[in-house]
Amino acid sequence: MSNKVKQLIKGNEAVIYGALMGGATHFFGYPITPASEIAHGAAKYFTLSGRHFLQAESEVSVINMLYGASGAGARVMTASSGPGMSLMAEGLSYIAGAELPCVVVDVQRAGPGLGNIWPEQSDYNITVKGGGHGNYKSIVLAPHSAQEMCDFTYQAFELADKYRITVIVLADAYIGQMMEAVEIPDRLLEGERKDWALYADKESRGNLVTSILMDPQLQSEHNWKLQRKYEQISREFCQWEELECEDADYLLVAYGISARVCHSAVEVLRKKGVKAGLLRPKTLFPFPEDRLKELASSARKVAAAELSNGQMADDVDRLCGGLCPTERLCWLGGVIPSVQEICDTVEGWESGVER
Amino acid sequence: MIVKEKPKAFYDTFERKGAGQEVTHYCPGCGHGTAHKLIAELLVELDIQDRTIFLSPVGCSVFAYYYMDTGNIQCAHGRAPAVGTGIRRTHKDAILISYQGDGDLAAIGTAEIIHAANRGENMTVFFINNAIYGMTGGQMAPTTLEGQKTLTTPLGRSSGRDGNPIGMAEVMDAIKAPVYIERVSLSTPGKVLKARKVFKKALENQIDKKGFSFVEVLSPCPINWKMDPVEARSWMQEHLEPLYPVRNFRDGSHLPVPHDDFIPFMKEDEIINLLSSGGAIPDVKASESDLEQRVKIAGFGGQGVLSAGILLANYAIASGYEATWLPSYGPEMRGGKANAGVIFSNRSIGSPVVAEPNVLIALNSPSLTSFENDVEPGGLIMVNSTLVREEVKRDDVDVLYIPASEMARESGVLATANIIMLTIYLKYKGLADTELLRKVLPLSVKRKDAVDLNLKMMEKALAYYDRELA
Amino acid sequence: MNRSVIEADLCKGCRVCVNSCPNHCLSIGSEINRLGYQYARSTPEKCTACGICFYVCPEPGAITVYKGEAPDVK
Repeated sequence: MSNKVKQLIKGNEAVIYGALMGGATHFFGYPITPASEIAHGAAKYFTLSGRHFLQAESEVSVINMLYGASGAGARVMTASSGPGMSLMAEGLSYIAGAELPCVVVDVQRAGPGLGNIWPEQSDYNITVKGGGHGNYKSIVLAPHSAQEMCDFTYQAFELADKYRITVIVLADAYIGQMMEAVEIPDRLLEGERKDWALYADKESRGNLVTSILMDPQLQSEHNWKLQRKYEQISREFCQWEELECEDADYLLVAYGISARVCHSAVEVLRKKGVKAGLLRPKTLFPFPEDRLKELASSARKVAAAELSNGQMADDVDRLCGGLCPTERLCWLGGVIPSVQEICDTVEGWESGVER
Repeated sequence: MIVKEKPKAFYDTFERKGAGQEVTHYCPGCGHGTAHKLIAELLVELDIQDRTIFLSPVGCSVFAYYYMDTGNIQCAHGRAPAVGTGIRRTHKDAILISYQGDGDLAAIGTAEIIHAANRGENMTVFFINNAIYGMTGGQMAPTTLEGQKTLTTPLGRSSGRDGNPIGMAEVMDAIKAPVYIERVSLSTPGKVLKARKVFKKALENQIDKKGFSFVEVLSPCPINWKMDPVEARSWMQEHLEPLYPVRNFRDGSHLPVPHDDFIPFMKEDEIINLLSSGGAIPDVKASESDLEQRVKIAGFGGQGVLSAGILLANYAIASGYEATWLPSYGPEMRGGKANAGVIFSNRSIGSPVVAEPNVLIALNSPSLTSFENDVEPGGLIMVNSTLVREEVKRDDVDVLYIPASEMARESGVLATANIIMLTIYLKYKGLADTELLRKVLPLSVKRKDAVDLNLKMMEKALAYYDRELA
Repeated sequence: MNRSVIEADLCKGCRVCVNSCPNHCLSIGSEINRLGYQYARSTPEKCTACGICFYVCPEPGAITVYKGEAPDVK
């Protein structure tokens, strides 16, 4: 039994708890379902605790306020969903170019366009692969519970500062809207003064926050430096969770709400004697590539299960190529698979009747 | 004795295309250099160089950071006022100079400038209006004059096709918050010296924390106007200034400093207390039974569907189970339908979606119709018989008919039918621990004055159970 | 004697200072500087060190204005 305070809260509210304890000082936001509770929580708790909340005029402004405040040394964040992420693509690219630390929570909904407010995982490509223009990456954390919404946001600020990078907490509508018991972290993390940031004082006067390098040679050097940084992150920070993976014939790969459904499916399948397992990436960039390859080499099939048209499956296919056959379990539009549906599919493979 | 020399707020040399450059990248006769010089001189005169952060836009002045020996931040096209807002909310004493051209401020960045102005952000905006896009080679700006030829108005700007020249100082003047709005021109020596006075005032306002100051600067772009620099300055007087009158629009610098809402910065223990103020779930006792309950509570808005779910989840956690609560949400909620799915189990919970409930609590008729067939065989359906006239058709489930709304109405608050149903459900399943329910209830009821009433209804439900169902 | 000293290699020859000087102390010479411009030159006789040329000049360091003793300019 822990001494930490335990509360029943929504995943979206848990983000704010993690953020404040993780040392966030500034939240700039714009309302959007199904992420709005995060802005509501920030408006209340950031303000009451002497941090800063501001509702901007658009997500375009939001991300530029992050750019400014992060450039000024603050620990900054926002939260949004698909349409807002599209608007922030420009700013995220500038932030990557200028190597500013920031934290963005994306509570994914169905697209394209206005779509609807039910969960999809169709922002995988625009978060894991960059999203805006240019060659850049963000660290992408994929929580599957309210507790992880809290914990991942909590650690996001340290990661962002350490690597001078955007950390995206990639959730979905159900993970955001669902309530679960959450323990509040009991230690407040705080950012330190950054030697590159603008503090409006003599010491930092010579500092420049920019993403423009007119000389192709200098831009080339900068861009290669960024690539080396992403490689370093891949070596140093990659997290995943395994459920019944060691002897799995049928390995499901899923994150977020899909992983929750797959978790149930694996339990049901194991009871029936089907050797199913679940590899749940907790980081999507970096992706647990080596572990997936290792498991794939002894599996009969690897299946990516996701609420998208196979955005993550493209990565799974690429990694498992030549090691074992792959499958794609895809759902679109806000439709969530039932546990039964996944079980039936895997049992179909087991009995040799391909779907 | 030197009376005028390169201001110290400029770097000694400009690191553009290699170190050691001493001239700007601006074309001969360009107004930017003059505006830069006025600002640089004032940074020294007002002793604010160390605490100045200069925001470079996209446009010809994108490289202002080559020149200004201040903190520098280069912004996306049009976004400098938003970037400045982010800095302002971080450093109260910073001097923020947003230096923007007409494409940047009056076209792509209209939302950002209007809302920064409207918030009265304490910053100084220098808006360089030269009626054309310079950096990209001479295309139409929002401020381009009617008839003016540019690369994208080769026949001359036509108001019918291309819109009208926009007066940004006039637009700013329609907004309440700005403290100072003035338009100046760099067309003549006298106007340059006047501009210096205006620049100074606009910076002093910021030093005094008076708020948002906006200076529109009519400025020559000889190269793209295809004129020599002297001719360009005559053209400004003949064509630009008549359309964009050089004058003060507003001076509220005598007004008091706007109020500042200051809330002290909380420490670790204060934050934990703040975040815990909703109340912690009481000390957990170990769950006794191996079970998984998938409960669907459904009704219409106002029946306390969501809060009944929260109470159940809180209670389950306090009883040592894992629990999830997933609501219907968003626009769906506005139509009056509401449902919540609660799962609790002694094992870790996978999917939180209650697709096949083993308990359905139907508070109204549409809820029973919608979800009756989803219930797992052997499950339980509880019907609010006050509002639901029809009977459950399934014969493979347990059914309880409870006149919950009638019981609630007798107590004066119709919205407590939820707590009656929930209490009876727990009692029926042998899960009711009255003491624990009492402890958990305050965590789940938003209005604290409703706690007693709900407790009373709980008692009433328990009495009903003993009388009618035991 | 007062004088505006023009740094030849920092002048872009735009003539704005020449046109602005109230006492006509400035002119464009025929020589070409490192940047490829015919640059401005000053004569000290009527200079009042008013600073107008300095303010209208778009280059940060091209003009320095002296009151009283100014250095010799070649």
